[in-house]
Amino acid sequence: MSSRTIAGAVIDVDAEGFMTQSTQWTPEIAIALSNELGIAPLTDAHWRVLTFARDDTAKHGQSPGPRRIVAGAGVTMKELYALFPKGPGKLVARLAGVPKPKSCL
Amino acid sequence: MTPDRKLAIICSKGSLDMAYPGLILANAARMAGVDAMLFFTFWGLDIVNKAKVERLHISPLGNPSMPIPAMIAGLPGMEAMATRMMVKEMDRLEIPHVAEMLDILDQAGAELYACQMAMDMFKLEKSDLVPQVKEVISAMDFIDKSEGAQVIFI
Repeated sequence: MSSRTIAGAVIDVDAEGFMTQSTQWTPEIAIALSNELGIAPLTDAHWRVLTFARDDTAKHGQSPGPRRIVAGAGVTMKELYALFPKGPGKLVARLAGVPKPKSCL
Repeated sequence: MTPDRKLAIICSKGSLDMAYPGLILANAARMAGVDAMLFFTFWGLDIVNKAKVERLHISPLGNPSMPIPAMIAGLPGMEAMATRMMVKEMDRLEIPHVAEMLDILDQAGAELYACQMAMDMFKLEKSDLVPQVKEVISAMDFIDKSEGAQVIFI
């Protein structure tokens, strides 16, 4: 685990870059990360997915995989992959400041 | 994350317990941003055969992981019972059925191919397969399409 500075804030991240302290997250961090990861600009649909991922993680103590996101965030699987083409399984969690999902689905 | 990485999975078996590993691995690859293609051949065609996709079975006979004596495992109804139990357990864990897995894979951008020679052997037409199968290809086509991929044979 290490820390880094992004969008004017210091955040704790694990070896793969996932934030380890969800409370350190701000929307500005998500925007900065979206630039780094080639996802920017973030649309309303992106934010809907990120908000769902954060709420769902807070409620269930586990970050959601794509299938759960599709069931709860009002996007289809195809749309989710269009929003995060380089892999929604990891990228949603990276941007939402939640752990890497343990779900295989 | 790793744009050049690619997984090619050969599915050669049509039992329920041999169908899931390939489907789950292909889906995991797409979740992680890795390209994935599946090649269904021999009994693996059952996984994408419209008439069989919802009727894949698990066999307790000759299955050392199922502690049922072979004489009993071979009795009529035992295979259906083992299958029912497994499907029930998967439903409890909210694991999608095979047909839904194929739809998820298609939406996730995985490419599904069926083997021409196996199709001929089983007298199947493209129209007998689920719509998610992109193309019926030869073994040599598979070799071309899987260039640079990590290959998994199931």
